[in-house]
Parts: sequence; structure tokens; C-alpha cells
Amino acid sequence: MSQSNEIVVDLQLAREHGLTEQEYACILEILGRVPTFPELGIFSVMWSEHCSYKSSKKYLRTLPTEGERVLQGPGEGAGAVAIGDGLAVIFKIESHNHPSFLEPKQGAATGVGGILRDIFSMGARPIASLDALRFGPLDDPRHRHLLRGVVDGIGGYGNAVGVATVGGETGFHDCYRGNILVNAFNLGVVEADRIWRGKASGVGNPVIYVGSKTGRDGIHGASLLASAEFSEGSEAKRPTVQVGDPFTEKCLIEACLEVMATDLLVGIQDMGAAGLTCSSFEMASRASTGIEMDLDLVPQREAGMTPYELLLSESQERMLLVARTGAEAKVKEIFERWELDAAVVGRVTADGRMRIRWHGKTVVEIPVDPVAENAPVLDRPLREPAEQRARQRLELGQLAVEDNPAAALEALLDSPTLGSKAWIYRQYDQLVQGNTVLGPGGDAALVRVKREDGTPTSKALALSVDCNPRWCWLDPYEGTVAAAAESARNVACTGARPLALTNCLNFANPEKPEVMWQFAEATRGLAAAARALGTPVVSGNVSFYNETAGRPIYPTPTVAAVGLLEPWERFAVSHFPEEGLAILLLGETREELGGSEWLALRRGLEAGLPPRVDLAHEARLHVFLAEGVRTGALVTAHDVASGGLAVALAECGFAGPRGVRVGCEVTLHQSLRLDVLLFGESTGRVVVASREPEALLVLAQERGVPAVRIGTTGGSSLRIAPSRGTPWIDAPLARLASIWERALPRRLETDEAVGLLRSEVL
Amino acid sequence: MFAVVQFPGSNDDRDMHFALKSVLGAPASLVWHKAAQLPPDTRAVLLPGGFSYGDYLRCGAMARFSPIMAAVRRFVEAGGFVLGTCNGFQILCEAGLLPGALVRNRDLHFVCDFVYVRVERADTAFTSRAHPDQLLRLPIKHGEGCYFASSELLAALEAKGQIVLRYATPDGAIVPAANPNGSVGNIAGIVNEAGNVFGLMPHPEHAVEPALGGTDGRTILGSLLDRVKREAV
Repeated sequence: MSQSNEIVVDLQLAREHGLTEQEYACILEILGRVPTFPELGIFSVMWSEHCSYKSSKKYLRTLPTEGERVLQGPGEGAGAVAIGDGLAVIFKIESHNHPSFLEPKQGAATGVGGILRDIFSMGARPIASLDALRFGPLDDPRHRHLLRGVVDGIGGYGNAVGVATVGGETGFHDCYRGNILVNAFNLGVVEADRIWRGKASGVGNPVIYVGSKTGRDGIHGASLLASAEFSEGSEAKRPTVQVGDPFTEKCLIEACLEVMATDLLVGIQDMGAAGLTCSSFEMASRASTGIEMDLDLVPQREAGMTPYELLLSESQERMLLVARTGAEAKVKEIFERWELDAAVVGRVTADGRMRIRWHGKTVVEIPVDPVAENAPVLDRPLREPAEQRARQRLELGQLAVEDNPAAALEALLDSPTLGSKAWIYRQYDQLVQGNTVLGPGGDAALVRVKREDGTPTSKALALSVDCNPRWCWLDPYEGTVAAAAESARNVACTGARPLALTNCLNFANPEKPEVMWQFAEATRGLAAAARALGTPVVSGNVSFYNETAGRPIYPTPTVAAVGLLEPWERFAVSHFPEEGLAILLLGETREELGGSEWLALRRGLEAGLPPRVDLAHEARLHVFLAEGVRTGALVTAHDVASGGLAVALAECGFAGPRGVRVGCEVTLHQSLRLDVLLFGESTGRVVVASREPEALLVLAQERGVPAVRIGTTGGSSLRIAPSRGTPWIDAPLARLASIWERALPRRLETDEAVGLLRSEVL
Repeated sequence: MFAVVQFPGSNDDRDMHFALKSVLGAPASLVWHKAAQLPPDTRAVLLPGGFSYGDYLRCGAMARFSPIMAAVRRFVEAGGFVLGTCNGFQILCEAGLLPGALVRNRDLHFVCDFVYVRVERADTAFTSRAHPDQLLRLPIKHGEGCYFASSELLAALEAKGQIVLRYATPDGAIVPAANPNGSVGNIAGIVNEAGNVFGLMPHPEHAVEPALGGTDGRTILGSLLDRVKREAV
């Protein structure tokens, strides 16, 4: 083994690479010698938190990942679920938090690019994206800049690559001031028997590098950026952020789908985090083979790159293919047609070793399996935060009842978290590929399924991504149950049957027992919800170290649900489409105000227990909604979420296609305090509208879903009154709509008017 | 036969093909940009939306040099019908097959939304299924759809009746509030002097199915289909 350069590895250098003394000792044992510098780089990324899931693995193992429809659970690029007629969907959500905080446009863009590659590397054509975003308060100019940059990045990449962005959620809270969250979801469709996996099988088969050339960008993105806390000096890590090229990605999608339709390949994998290193190790490990590779054959963007840089670069838009022997020329021909590099860089070997040469010398020789097998699994200490119980204390009796419900409703509609997100999603192509039945702005997106040859099917997929971080902070178990329940409920509101979940678990520093406790509680909640709802967790991602200068984010376990609707032409919308419909409220309203938007906004309190979730009720609700839609009795279904019933009814009035505004008259039986009735956030509730309320009430009774008729659609006002006395709220819908629509623009336009530039903000 | 040209980076190509073939029942095929010739039975050429060559230079500035564009130019000179939507419109302007230019939207943001356009000319090959002043509800999705023309050019376009579509309010008013991108004169689509080349920023191919954006796009694509059929008789 010859040293590739002057750098001599020792424990000190290993520590600088984020490895512990124990881990370094393990490396010495595996190799039987001191690692070379490139080898140290490989171990540091393969065993980083980001790649090895060392802190989270213990808990992720407890999630239900199997089901009769599940074709692929966690472990590959993404999860795969059968949707019938020989088709499957492949989907996953992934974080790109730290890069987006440092460089919002490129960070978010490459987040989209990365998740797309996870999907099409399995053979699926990506058809729909969602994004879950969290920022600090918009009165902070830096966060206005970050919001603009992230939206620009997501749109710039997604629009150019030709994949519709059909939904998502965006929230604002002070806890994200030092660490925003950018979680990107994508879903693709594939023939179920044509799902590709990242396997380097067949000794002697060529290993082919395709896509963009390798440059010096993103080196140590996974180990240094994603696996450590932020500090004031993190700006210096900006060079670890990659730069995206959606045009190359678009060509790569087409070329990869073309080559995967042939019998030329045996395996394919995205070069994502840790680039060439991670993809080659994982491909060899899955097939119990080895790989020998010559780095001089790797297409390079610049001269003089070292083996260390070539192995650890996270340059975007690259894939690693293992082809059948003799297929090299045909594979190259396809990629050349799309003007992409394709180079044979190595072969599959039988000896289970990763042997990498550079300039005629062997610079890396590591046994493949021990790297994966000996990857550290930690059982980090847990501790319930000392102030957890205090946070949960809320005496409703000592809380002044809302004395101006109309003003409260306006304040809620004007808040950035509840206000219209049209400013964001109008910058995204929501329509490309021609499948968007329901786009952003409703409970769930609904996307019709076509086969790869363009033949439309009778199926559509409903997609939603959700989390209430305040609830998760107040009670990580219940909060995560609620996140899963809400995303499944949103999907069910279209009439679709929820099939499976994916999740992006955004947490602070796992080395702190309090954070690890939150994580353990959250995964326990996710497992419970997934089991009860029959929706296995088929893929996911963990993002730790979301804290800056010791200020942690609230636990934010973002959950995305995917549902199936068939035939797709029968679906419910989340707005009132016409006058004269009966309005029903499903579910029970309990005396719950803990963790509510109303409490935070009108009383300045983040306290109490979040609303409980009755998972058995949720499951019954799914069945009822699907039947109601199928029979045609159910026209509108809108989940009652943040802001409670008053906000849900307002949204039903103006969240339809532009220009469609339908008011309503609602009467509530005054059994509880009025702020609970109007703004309480009890879960499992849905506002539905129907032309056949009697039939729907009968169905609800049969299915065991509480349902009560509360009013009728019509008029140009939102009117909510107690059964006796003057209305609590009687407001022109146009006024409410204008407040809601202006919530984001009014906070962003001031900068645009004065032309604030990035340099002035930072 | 309708030839839908595929540039690298086109991304509404398959959608246009789907709209023509599967929805309108027109014979259509995808033609790769490297082809030197259009298929011999080509009756109309469609330049689809997308980001040809990534649009890293001006939109459409690279695509105009693709080999197929020489064939498209010959086709136009021979009187053939060409329709460019969005990026296709940008390519036609860059290629000089349509006058004027498309620049960054007024507010600098990409915009995806449904808009109304008023049919100013119902006697073109691309709008014969419409009646004058008919309003069409069509989606737009572009970052550089602000049509620019000098005042002389604008006057000439008006005089020669080359302005086919204008952004309008839902009740048909041509006012600044209805203009999504800052285009001069609310222009959404124009034809060349000969009337055989049409460029528009809205996407008719994304408005051909009732539950997926409505069917107003059929008015445009169907008009072209009618015309091609008539010529074939």
C-alpha cells in the first residue's frame, strides 16, 4: 500500500474528521494497518451520522416497514409500494437543511435534485414533488432572504427538470432562526417488475460512471455539514454546499430511464451523500462482491484533483451503473445521445474488497463488509427535559376567554404559518406532465397516474406532508402521532385510501440526552400511528444536529402520506364549490387549547398538552371518507387543523380556484367555551359538504364516525353563531380572503420595493 | 402528422404529444432535435415548453441552433404551420421566425397560474374554433414570458393584426391587473405576417381534459388540427 501523498494519518487527524478514538481503533483493526488519507476520508463519511444512522438506527428498527403492498422498505434509495395493475410507486422525503441555511438557493435546489435521483435510480419516472419548509420569523430580514432563496432554488430546479411541485407545507417559528428546515419529497411511478436496485453483482461486470463530471464541490457535505451542530463559524463551510444543474439532471433522468428499459444493466445507484465512495461501497455490499476502480478514468471537471477529493466530492447529477459485460458500448451510446459523460471506471470483483487505484498506485484497499458491519450503532443516553412537565401545564380555567372572535380569526389568517402559500407555490410548475388533478393549497395533492408510454390509468395518488412542531415540542410522542394522523387524514380527505408513509425526522444534537429522548418518543409515536393506520413507513431520512449556538429546533418529524384513489375521477375537494350544500362536522370537539395557534397568537403561550389523537377513530374516518366520496355524497372534505374550525371554514370559502368564493352559515351548539369551539384544534375532525346530508349521516353512523350538521354553504360572508344569541363571527369573505392572501406578500414586498440585496441583508 | 420537436431540456414535449394523440386523436410523433429533416408526412410542427439546453443563456438562444431548426425554417418558408408554446415561443423569437422578444417577468418571479386570454383574431389557423373576443382559461408557467416589442414593432403588429391573444380579466377587460408578466399590450400570443407561425406563452396542452385544467386548450390545438385536415383534403 503506497501513500498517495504526504499526509500521514493519526488519531488527531481522525478526530478532525469527526471520528472517535474507538472508531479509529476499529479502523486499525479492520485494515490491520494505519489507513491512508483517502481511506480515512472514506471511513469518516461512511460512519458519519448522516450515512450510518448510528444514533437513530436503534429506533428506526422499531418502525413497521412491511405490508402486503410493500415491495421495498427502507435500505434502498427509496421505498416502493404496489398500486395494482402491475404498477408501483417509489417515494421518499429527505432533508437538505444545513446547505439551505448557508446557501438557500443552491442548498434547496440540490435537495430537490438529490431526492429525484433517489427515485429515478430505482427505475421510476418522478412525477410529483412536495416540500416541507420551516423558517424563522419573517420580521427577520435574513429569513425573508432565506425564504426567497429556498423557493427560488426549489422552483428553479424542479421547474427546469420537468417535475411538478404539487404541494407541501411551510411554517415559521423562532426556533428555526438559526437552522431552517428544507425537506424535499418526490414520488415516481414504475412497472412493479422493473424496479432497479443498487447492486454490483456479476464478477467482471463493468462499473460505469455517468452524468456530470466530478469537481471539488460538496466535499464532506455529509460528514462535516450534516453531522455537526451549527456555530457562528459555519459560514466558512459554504464551500461544502453543492451546485445544482437541473438541465443535466433532466437529461440524466431521460437517459437513465432509457437504459433501464433495456437489459444492459444489473444495478444502478445515485452518487449522493459521500459521492462515489458511498455508492460503490453500498452497491458492492448489497451484492457481497468487491469493486476495483481506477480514479484516473473518472470524468473530472478540473485538473489536479486528489484521490481524497475524487472519492468524497458530492458533485451533483452523477450515477454509478453496473452493466453486463459487453454492454459498455450500448450504454455509452444512450448517454452520449443525451450529451452526458459515461466512462467505465472499474469492474466487479469476487474478493469483497474495494480496491481503488490512482496514477498507477493503489490508494485505497478496504474490505467492503466490515465497513458496513462495523458501522457504529450507538445507544445514546436519554433524558426527559427537566422542563417538559412544566411546558405541558395549562389551566384553562385561568385563561381569559376570547372576547373578540372576529379579530382573533383575522389575526390567525394573517399569520405567516396559516396564511395563503400562493406566493410560494405560484413560483413552482404545478402542472408539467399533465397529471395534476388537485395542486397546492388544499388538504392533499392529487396526481393522476400514467404509464411510461403515456397511457392514462384509472388511478390517482394523493400526497400530503405534515407536522406541527409545537405539538412535538410539548409532547414528542403525541405530536408525532398527530403528524402521521394528519397527513393520512389529509390524503383520505380526497377520497383516497392511505397506503404508506415516509418521514424526515429533523432533530437537534443527538449527543444531548434530552434531544435523544425527543427522538425516541417521536419514533415510538410514528410506529404506533403507522401500525394503527395500516400505513407502513417505507422510507425516510434522519437529520440531526439542527441547532445553532446551543439553540435547538423544536423536534420536527415531518411525515408524508401517499394514498391511492381509484377511479380517480371521483374525488372530494377542500373548498366549497357551490351554494346550498349542507355542512357537516366529523369527529369530536374536546376542550383542547394546548399547543394551539390561538393560544400562541392571542395569549402568547406555547403550553399545555397537544390534542390527543384517537387512532381507531382515524382509521374509521378513512373508511368513511373513501365511501362518502365513492358514492358521490361527499363533495368537500377539509381537515380541521391549525386555527381550528373557524379557520377551516374560512379556507373552505376561499381556497378554491381563483374567483370562486362561497360563504357559509354555521350554528354551533354552545357546549364548550367559544374559543375551544372556534379555534380549538381537536384532531380527527373534518369539515364536509354534501348534497345528500341524510345519506352521509346514515353512513357516518354505520361507520362509527361522529357527525353533526352545522350549517349550509352560501352567501358572501362567513357567519358562525351560537345556537342562541348574536353571531361570534360575521365577516365578508372578501375581506378575510384578502387578509389571508396578503399574509406572505405583505411581509415580503417591502424588501422588493426598496430593492434589498443579499449583501445588505447578510 | 404533427411533429413535436424534442430538444434536450424540453419538458412539455410528452404532454403536447399526449394532448394531440390521446386526447384529440391527431397523428403525432416526437422528433429529436438532432434530426436534419422533419418526417416527410409532417403537416404541422410543435415546439414544446421546457428549458431547452437549460436556458442558461437567453431562453431558446441555444435551441435555435439545433439541426432541426433549419428544417423548421424551410418548413415555414414553404407555408407549413408551426406552433410554439412557452419555450417554443421563445425559440421562435430567437430564431427570428416571430418578431419581438420574451424577457424576465416584471416581478422577476416564475409564475404558474391559470389566466384568461382574449382571442383577438379568430380567423387564424390556430384560433378558428374560437369566436372573436372569446375568453380562454389556460395555464401559464414561465419565468421569462414578458413579451417585449419596440413601439414601432408594436404598432406594426397591431396594424397587421398579428396579435392573437391578450391577457384579460375573467370578464374580458384588457387591463394591467390581468397582465401576469408585464408583456407590452398584455400580449400572450402572436402570429407572423404570413399567419403560419404562432407563438404563445400559455399552455394549451395543459388544458385538454375536463378535470385537469379544463378544455379550453382544445380550442387552439383543435383549430390547428381542423386546418391541417382541411389542407389534406
